[in-house]
Amino acid sequence: MKNRIKVLRAERDMTQADLADATFVSRQTINAIEKGKFDPSLPLAFKIARLFDRSIEEVFQDGA
Amino acid sequence: MTTTNETRKRLLLKDTRNLALWTGGWVMTMAIANFGPTFLWDHHTGLTITAILVNLGVGAGMILANIRHLKVLDEMQRKVAMDAMGISLGVAVVAGLAYSNLDITNIISYDAEISHLVILIGLTYLASTIMGNLRYK
Repeated sequence: MKNRIKVLRAERDMTQADLADATFVSRQTINAIEKGKFDPSLPLAFKIARLFDRSIEEVFQDGA
Repeated sequence: MTTTNETRKRLLLKDTRNLALWTGGWVMTMAIANFGPTFLWDHHTGLTITAILVNLGVGAGMILANIRHLKVLDEMQRKVAMDAMGISLGVAVVAGLAYSNLDITNIISYDAEISHLVILIGLTYLASTIMGNLRYK
């Protein structure tokens, strides 16, 4: 699954660690999601989208 | 928010340490139950049963500590751990029964020992966990 997390993070000058802290997961998990290696659960995807004030479709795109 | 994730990290560290302590305790009580009858109390039945019951109790504690540890992991860490457990279970059943067949059919000259299977499970879990973490790096 593709996503725009890296871009959205950069726009807000946010590190992976900041995002991990805000979503209560490890930095490694954020890194894996960002690289498209791990697909987050729906609650975590919603949490990330809400944090960036975007809809879930604006953050995550089906890359399959 | 940071404080909450800091709490999660602290909990994870505490539960990991807790799991290590329970596992160490289980290994130690297992060794006592195994070697005690020969080297410590000259096959006294009451003491042997007590040692086995203590080992069972500590083993139950270790299982509960493992469950608590899994609950503190985040979703990706939990997936890595669960995948490793699934692979280890599969290897244990398949290799364990094949090993037993080798013993039953006398293809191997020695008895199939359960300790060999436990070592195999441990090594499989370790390798699977490392590979799982590398996959998501």
